[in-house]
Amino acid sequence: MKKIAVLTMMAFCMAMMFSSLAFSARKTIIKIGINAPLTGDIPKVGEGTKYAAQMWLEDIEKAGGLEVGGKKYEVELVIEDNESKAESAVKANTKMITQDDVLAIVGPQSSKQAVPAGEVANKYKTVMISPWSTNPNTTLDRPYVFRGCFLDPFQGPVVANFITDEFGFTKAAVLYDVASDYPKGLAEVFKQAWEEKHGPGSVVAYESFTTKDTDFSSQLTKIVKSGAQVLFTPQYYNEVPLIVSQAKNLGWTGPIVGSDSWGSAETIELCGEACYGLFFSSHYAAAGAKGATKEFIDRYEATYGYIPDDVAALTWDALRLAQQAIQDAGELTGRIEKDREAVRKALAQIKDFDGITGQMTFTEEGDPIKCAVIVRINHQGEYEFYGSSCP
Amino acid sequence: MEPLIESLNYILQNIINALQRGSFYAVISIGYSMVYGVLMLFNFAHGDIFMVGTYIGFGIATVFLAVLTGLVPPPVIFLATVVVTMFLASWIGVFVEVAGYRPLRQAPRASAAITGLMIGIIFETTILIMLGAKRLSFPPLMETVNYHIGGIYITNVKAMIIIISLLLMLALHAFIQKTKWGMAMRAMSYDFLAVPLMGVSINIIAPLTFAVGAGLASVAGILYGQAYPILDPYMGVLLGWKAFVAAILGGRGSIKGAALAGYLLGFIEIFVATVFPSTLRDFIAYSIILVILTFRPRGFFGMEHSTKLRL
Repeated sequence: MKKIAVLTMMAFCMAMMFSSLAFSARKTIIKIGINAPLTGDIPKVGEGTKYAAQMWLEDIEKAGGLEVGGKKYEVELVIEDNESKAESAVKANTKMITQDDVLAIVGPQSSKQAVPAGEVANKYKTVMISPWSTNPNTTLDRPYVFRGCFLDPFQGPVVANFITDEFGFTKAAVLYDVASDYPKGLAEVFKQAWEEKHGPGSVVAYESFTTKDTDFSSQLTKIVKSGAQVLFTPQYYNEVPLIVSQAKNLGWTGPIVGSDSWGSAETIELCGEACYGLFFSSHYAAAGAKGATKEFIDRYEATYGYIPDDVAALTWDALRLAQQAIQDAGELTGRIEKDREAVRKALAQIKDFDGITGQMTFTEEGDPIKCAVIVRINHQGEYEFYGSSCP
Repeated sequence: MEPLIESLNYILQNIINALQRGSFYAVISIGYSMVYGVLMLFNFAHGDIFMVGTYIGFGIATVFLAVLTGLVPPPVIFLATVVVTMFLASWIGVFVEVAGYRPLRQAPRASAAITGLMIGIIFETTILIMLGAKRLSFPPLMETVNYHIGGIYITNVKAMIIIISLLLMLALHAFIQKTKWGMAMRAMSYDFLAVPLMGVSINIIAPLTFAVGAGLASVAGILYGQAYPILDPYMGVLLGWKAFVAAILGGRGSIKGAALAGYLLGFIEIFVATVFPSTLRDFIAYSIILVILTFRPRGFFGMEHSTKLRL
């Protein structure tokens, strides 16, 4: 009895395998998975992801499908909600890969979900592009996982280049929170990049404070005295206004430059006019955008009624990267494992991809080498696109 | 000659920085000392009373600026804000005494000592629930003017902070030395057992002491809002602890000591960061204080008897 049962099971399994193979061989649909936080802590991020993806799909449909190796394929989006939770993101990836047979996945956005979900994608050898995750572990030692944004420390050299090219300065000062990972890491990378450019000792003041400090007067007095021409401070919105106003009151007249941690709308709310005219590096800026970026922003605003944030822009780029990789793969065999492998190979080889958030080329780790956007806080208090700066 | 003047300016600039920072420590640490003088207990809610005082000041300043701008000159708005805030914040002090300390007056000292901590947390979370975690920006009550005098930068706000803090402390000194209430407070700190027998009720003097301390802290809060205009519900914690260190350093119960130690703390913090890498600032600053306390365990003006009697 038992033997028969086992045999039946095996036969059934074999039949299943063949039928699925036979089925996929005939397939002319390309499925792309979207893993987004549609509910949970950050539904706005999920919404931006979904809207950008729908806009992308519209374009594909308008063109009558995606052309790969001279053949048009219909594209279908599989949008899964990860509830902004790590477990749900893992589940969503597993489902999309094993049940929906997606060719590639875009998302999740936050590192909290992208790091564990990346594990799954890598295990099943499926390309995953996280548009927004900045944690190095998302892509680390995972050949199938890519991202659409730069890593935090990457901004150090970018800002150093920008200051050098824009102002021609050679002496810089740094003020950072020694008790917080992000500013500390960025300050170190900036110092290294600056001194590589301008020689040892060209960071003339390298001052720190600890989280919750509000008085930076002794550090800033030192900085003013050091003869620095520019001050780099990769701090958050609650410290930037204090640093800026105290620096000005102590006789600082040079520019003050920051990183994408300045990008919160609250910076300008709290800082007011004191911050007008200052610069920081970021992924993307809506005001003053040009070319394809502006087209995207205008179209998004016309369709959904508000200006897209960096998540939407990065998602758009991630989808277009996936599209390019699929097209570069040459032809699709219909055997999902083989096609996924081809897509991965093509994606890793993409050079100088022209995205709306900058030009990208992937490193071996799957992190893009791309130019950062330099944002200027203009005199209406808006974050305005000023230029892009490359490493 | 040139470098000499330059370094002299540098030192002078840092003295001004230290005076501003020290003013806050001084005014807030006085609150600890006053309560200690009367109740022989430290009011650990004082840092959070300062925080609540700052939020009250924020509310009053916002309202007054909206209603009175244009009608009266800015200094009047400033003064009105200070007076109204002081009055309202005093009641916070009274509340802490009546709700937190009075019921536990006969309780073991350790229980009474931690009520302040709990009240502090309650204040923090109340503000958090009411206003959310969003940082608020204290509106400027006057336009900042930056004076550049021979290589030194000083704003009118900085000068005002230093002067008003000094005036406050002088006023407090006069209150304690010259008025009947002040005399009662002094008497209580001499002997808290005998004085109530003379008809001076602890139930009046204790809340009064809390009220004066809270009023002072709230003015410090308004000034703080002018110098560091970002408010968050936990802003009083670190400042409160540092002011507490100053109160101990000055000698428990000594108002003069607390004020002087407050300024000293400001000077140590600023000048340590000036001489050494700023990463080592707190490490060196508080090591210095530890050494001072090792040699002067009762602080600068600590009284002999207080160590024998109580906590």
